[in-house]
Amino acid sequence: MADAGMLRFHVPEPEVRPGGTPDFSNVPIPKAGSVPRPDIDVDPRTIRDHAFSIIRVLNRTGEAVGPWAGLLSSDELLAGLRHMMTLRTFDARMQMAQRQGKTSFYMQHLGEEAVACAFRKALEPGDMNFPTYRQAGLLIADGYPMVTMMNQIYSNEADPLKGRQLPVMYSSKEHGFFSISGNLATQYIQAVGWAMASAISNDSKIAAAWIGDGSTAESDFHSALVFASTYKAPVVLNVVNNQWAISTFQGIARGGSGTFAARGLGFGIPSLRVDGNDYLAVHAVAKWAAERARSNLGPTLVEYVTYRAGAHSSSDDPSAYRPKTESDAWPLGDPIVRLKNHLIQLGVWSDERHAQAEAEILDTVIAAQKEAESHGTLHAGGKPSTRDMFEGLYAEMPPHLRRQRQQAGV
Amino acid sequence: MPRRTMIEAIRDAMDVSMGRDSKVVVFGEDVGFFGGVFRCTQGLQAKYGKSRCFDAPINESGIVGSAIGMAAYGLKPCVEIQFADYMFPAYDQLTQEAARLRYRSNGDFTCPIVVRMPTGGGIFGGQTHSQSPEALFTHVSGLKTVVPSNPHDAKGLLIAAIEDPDPVIFLEPKRLYNGPFDGHHDRPVTPWSKHELGEVADGHYTVPLGKAAIRRAGSALTVLAYGTMVYVAQAAVEETGIDAEIIDLRTLLPLDLDTIVASVRKTGRCVIVHEATLTSGFGAELSALVQENCFYHLEAPVARVAGWDTPYPHAQEWDYFPGPVRVGRALIETMEA
Repeated sequence: MADAGMLRFHVPEPEVRPGGTPDFSNVPIPKAGSVPRPDIDVDPRTIRDHAFSIIRVLNRTGEAVGPWAGLLSSDELLAGLRHMMTLRTFDARMQMAQRQGKTSFYMQHLGEEAVACAFRKALEPGDMNFPTYRQAGLLIADGYPMVTMMNQIYSNEADPLKGRQLPVMYSSKEHGFFSISGNLATQYIQAVGWAMASAISNDSKIAAAWIGDGSTAESDFHSALVFASTYKAPVVLNVVNNQWAISTFQGIARGGSGTFAARGLGFGIPSLRVDGNDYLAVHAVAKWAAERARSNLGPTLVEYVTYRAGAHSSSDDPSAYRPKTESDAWPLGDPIVRLKNHLIQLGVWSDERHAQAEAEILDTVIAAQKEAESHGTLHAGGKPSTRDMFEGLYAEMPPHLRRQRQQAGV
Repeated sequence: MPRRTMIEAIRDAMDVSMGRDSKVVVFGEDVGFFGGVFRCTQGLQAKYGKSRCFDAPINESGIVGSAIGMAAYGLKPCVEIQFADYMFPAYDQLTQEAARLRYRSNGDFTCPIVVRMPTGGGIFGGQTHSQSPEALFTHVSGLKTVVPSNPHDAKGLLIAAIEDPDPVIFLEPKRLYNGPFDGHHDRPVTPWSKHELGEVADGHYTVPLGKAAIRRAGSALTVLAYGTMVYVAQAAVEETGIDAEIIDLRTLLPLDLDTIVASVRKTGRCVIVHEATLTSGFGAELSALVQENCFYHLEAPVARVAGWDTPYPHAQEWDYFPGPVRVGRALIETMEA
C-alpha cells in the first residue's frame, strides 16, 4: 500500500539540461536486422512488440541486414542519398537567407532527412501526403522544383501561394503534398478523411498522415486514430519522434506510455517503430504500411525514431534548453553519413564522389536561389499584388470583399 | 404542391443531392441507420448504402476534419453536428482549416463541405441545446453562414449549399422543424402543413445563397431577422399594428446588403432581432452596416432585440427568449423615437 499522505504532482523532466553531459545510454537500440518482418495481413495483436522495438536495417559497419533489407537497388539508394543531401543544402541556404533578412522565417530538417525522403519513394503517383512543416523531403524526393519552394519562402512575385502563407507552408496537389497549416495536428484527421474518400470512391489511392511527437498530444491525433480504426481507412499514420517539441522533451507528450507507436495498439492499429535515420529501414517500413493500406487491410501507425539536430525554427535557440552537443551523442547517428557509408560499402560510392556531389548540389541550390531571388525576396524586388490578398478566399468574391478591395485602392 | 415539415424538406434536399451527385456523402452522430436524432437523414442509408450515409464516432473535430480531407479528395460531404452547441470541438477545423483551405493553397485544394447543425432555443433545451453561435461563424473569413426559416427555403438553400464550392455552415432552427413558432408558447403550434411556406416542390430546385427575402412589405420600419425570429417579428408587427417591413436574411454571410439598405432608406427605422446573445452578436454587424449605409435616412437609433448576455437558462426559458412582447416594445419605441 502506497503512502496515503499528501499528493505529489508529477512533471516529467529530460535526463540532461544545458551544461550537462548528453547521455542516451538508457535508450535501448536493438541490433540491425533483429526485428522480424511480418506479413502485411498480420493480426495486429501478434506484433505488439513491434511498437516497442526499433526496426533497423543498416548495421554499424554500414551493411544492410535482416528481413527488412534488400528492397532498393543501388541506383535508388544513390538517388535517395542525393535527395537527402539536396534537402540539407537547401536548408542551409534558406536558413542563411533568413539570417540575411531575405525572408522572415525558416524551419530546417537537419538530421531528419531520411524520414520524408525515403517515405516518398514508398508511395505511388496519386497518393496524398498530409505533411507538417518538417517534411519538405517529400517534395524534394518527388522532384518538385526547388525554385518554386524558394519562391514560396521569399513570398515573391512567383510565389505559388501569392504571399498569403508563412514560409515553408507549401502546397502541391500535383505532387501529393497537402497544403500545410500552422495549426498542429489538424492534418492528421484530414488525411484519414481523404483515405476514407478514396475507399468510398473504390479508388486505389492511399493517404499518409504526418505528425510530430509533441503534436500527438493534440485531440486531432486521437480523432484520427479513432476514425482510421473505425473505418479501416487506407492511411499510413506517421509519427516523427525527433525527441523535441520546441523546448519540450518528448516525455511531456508521451508521458508514461512506452512509445508513441504504442498509442496505436489501443485502437487495434498495427504499430511499428523504425530507425528514422536509416533510409533503408524507413523505406521498407513505409512500403509495408503502404501495401497494407492499398490491400484494403487498413491503417498502420509508424513511429520514426530520430533526433531534431537543428533548432526548432529560425526563431529558436536550443542551447537554452538542451546540451549543445546532444545531437552528436544521438545513438542513431546521421542519416546521410549512414547511407553514404552503406553505399561505399556496396562499392558504388566513395568519399571523393560524395565531396563532388556535395559541390554539385550546392551549385544547383545556389542557381535555384539566384533564379528565385530574381523574382524578389520578402522585402525587396517583385512581390505579390495587394489584390492577391483579397482574391481566392471564396470561389467567387462576395460583395463585402469587393467593397473592401475597392477601399484598399486595388 | 406537397407540404413538408422542415425536417422532411432537409431530408429531401439531401436525398435529391445524393441522387444527382455520387460525390455527396452524409455522415454524423446517429445519422446512418437510425436516421438522425431529429429524423433529418431517415432512410438515406437504406437508399444509398453505408458508404454514402453512415454513423460517425462522437467526435465533432473528427467529423469536420475527416470531411475536409474528403473534400480535398473531391467528394462533397454534408455532415451533421447533432447540436450547434456541440460544434466547439470542431471550431479549429472549421475556422482554421475549412475556411482557409482555398485561400492558403491558392485554390490548389478546396473545401466544398456543408456542416448542418440544429440551432436556437425555445424548446427548454437549457445551456447546451439552445445556443445560436452564428456570430462565431460570420466573424470567420472564408465561411458562408445560412439560417433557413421555413421548409421551402430549407430545401432550396441546403441544395444550394451542397452545390456551393465553398464551406457552408447550415444552421437549422430546431424550434421550426415541425412548424412555425412566433414565441407564443402558451398557444398550440401550427404544423407546416397549414403554412404556405410548407409547400416544398419535389425534385431539384435551389434558393440562392446571399439573397434575403421580404416576408412582409411595409413602410414604417424595417425589421431584420432570421430563423425563428422571423415569426416572432411577424407576431409583434400584427400585435402592434405597425406597418413594418420584415426581411428574412436567410444567408448571414455573404449578406444581402442591397435589400437591407433599400428597405431602411425607405422606412428610416430599423429593428434587429436575434436569439443569440446581444454583445458582439450578428446584430452588432447589422446595426453598424445600417448606420454606415443609411445614416442620413435614419429617423431613430437602430434597435436590437436579442438574447440576454447570459448562458441560455432552463427554467427561465421565456424570460430569455426574445418573444413578441419584447420585440413589439422595441417596434413601438423605435416608432416613437
